[in-house]
Amino acid sequence: MAKKKFVVGCFDDEAVLFPAVKKVRTAGYKIHDVYTPFAVHGLDHAMGLRETSLHTAGFIYGITGTTTALSCISWIFTKDWPLNIGGKPHFALPAWIPITFELTVLFAAVGMVLTFCYLCQLAPFVKKHHFHARATDDLFVMVIECTDKTNAEDLKGFLASNGAVETDIQVAEEGWWLGHYDKDEMRFEAKQTVAA
Amino acid sequence: MASIRTQFEIPGKMKTWSLGLIGVGLVALIFGLVTKGFSSDEHEQVHFWGTLMYNTIFWTLVCNASMFFICVTTLAMGGWQQSFRRIPEAISTLVPIFGSITFAVLLYVVLSDKHHIYHWLDTEAVAKDPILTGKSGFLNAKFFIFWTTLTIAFWSFLGWRMRQLSNEADQAPMDAETGAKFIFRNTVRAALFTVWFALTVGSTIPWLWMMSIDAHWYSTMYSWYTFASSFVSGMSLIALWLIYMKNKGYMELTNQEHLHDVGKFMFAFSIFWTYLWFSQYMLIWYANIPEETVYFKHRVQGPYKGIFFLNLIINFLCPLLILMKRAAKRNYTLVTFMAVLIIFGHWIDFYQMVMGSLSKEHVTLGWLDFGILAFFVGMMIFFVGRALASKPLIPKYHPFLKESVIHQV
Repeated sequence: MAKKKFVVGCFDDEAVLFPAVKKVRTAGYKIHDVYTPFAVHGLDHAMGLRETSLHTAGFIYGITGTTTALSCISWIFTKDWPLNIGGKPHFALPAWIPITFELTVLFAAVGMVLTFCYLCQLAPFVKKHHFHARATDDLFVMVIECTDKTNAEDLKGFLASNGAVETDIQVAEEGWWLGHYDKDEMRFEAKQTVAA
Repeated sequence: MASIRTQFEIPGKMKTWSLGLIGVGLVALIFGLVTKGFSSDEHEQVHFWGTLMYNTIFWTLVCNASMFFICVTTLAMGGWQQSFRRIPEAISTLVPIFGSITFAVLLYVVLSDKHHIYHWLDTEAVAKDPILTGKSGFLNAKFFIFWTTLTIAFWSFLGWRMRQLSNEADQAPMDAETGAKFIFRNTVRAALFTVWFALTVGSTIPWLWMMSIDAHWYSTMYSWYTFASSFVSGMSLIALWLIYMKNKGYMELTNQEHLHDVGKFMFAFSIFWTYLWFSQYMLIWYANIPEETVYFKHRVQGPYKGIFFLNLIINFLCPLLILMKRAAKRNYTLVTFMAVLIIFGHWIDFYQMVMGSLSKEHVTLGWLDFGILAFFVGMMIFFVGRALASKPLIPKYHPFLKESVIHQV
């Protein structure tokens, strides 16, 4: 559990958030993530995130499903236990296509859900630090990681001057962990007020 | 929007090409008519009229798919297609033209009693045949002509009403109330067209025009299969025109994001087509009942074997493997290539659907098929070009236009 120092800036409008993200990036700060209450179109471009590789993973899972189904059924019906079904050839490809299709979809779907959870670091019983509880409600929360060169107080001012309604500095765990929240990290229980 | 070119001017090259193709097509048509169409040999006659039938039906349905695209996106409150909606609109202006040609061909086939094409036209044979007697309420010359007339008339009329409404988006800015009313009227007209489309392309018309060639045989998948074929080709045609217009420097508001979505339609409906192809094939293969397998017998094991499986490779494997990647759907060259391939593939599909039943012993694909194809491609280029030039290319006061401009996939 490596803790890091973050500067958190909260915005109440996506129209303010976008220019702020651009300015923070051009100023050279390292954006850890931006938490939003809903999917914001174009934010990934603004943040300069790379294209996800989830679909490549999905393709590989799908191909695995196809191969599993075809090799399994063809081995069973031609080598292991050949059966005469309605006089059809043992290698009855059309009859296997539905199962092959289903397994392809199943492998791809389940595999992609698990991969998605892994990439987003989400899982049952696994904890992750909440930078601001209202990110799930109505606030856009930009989290900036501090390096040795970052002056956190300056950065807070910089965010505020770019329209952040609330800023603070947090020392928090970066990734996910198994276990429980420490008492002082139960931030969602703490009272949070935002200046209108 | 002063800097945006909204007026299409038909390039000289396009005119030359379209007229040239029409010319080639007319030569093939007249030569075919003399040597085959009016020949005393039944096989030659069937070859000529069958070729004409599948080409006219294919192109009418493909152009009609454009209007279907406009109507369903309207009903789904889609905004993304507004920046290029004048392209499918222009393509759909061909429905009355190609529809009339289809009507003339079918009328001739039915009135001249060509029972080698439509077996059910032979009233004596029908009277002796319990299966055909059972179907005679649907398969008879009067109903055929009545329903064909009604179908083509309503496709043309409802499509025309939809296009008329679209003109209002060129005239004056709309305030919120006028805009809402405009959208509501759009949905009403789109709904009427979609319902009529479902009653015709979605069910009766493919049964009547094409499936009845094999009068004894039937498949419940057939109409959807035909619809999927025509819709995926229709989307490919829209993609081709979109790319052509972009190349000529028009359609500034349309970009890769829109092409990506059109490409998704091409990809998805190729898969949908395969799903129906397979559902039709597998059930018949599995049950193995002679009265059903008669349709596939000479296609899978006879002279049509090559075309039958080529069809599956062009229309399923190629779109699946090539169009799957996001980058492919955003690449103009690759989408152009795939669009041409898909249209050709489904044209071949229509060929084997009609000619596979009419000429079971020989594959007749030859100069006549490609000549008539050239005729229709030429007509298509000529009339779509004219329709595009007759209207502003961008419905600039459409309430959803902004949604299209900022569209992002």
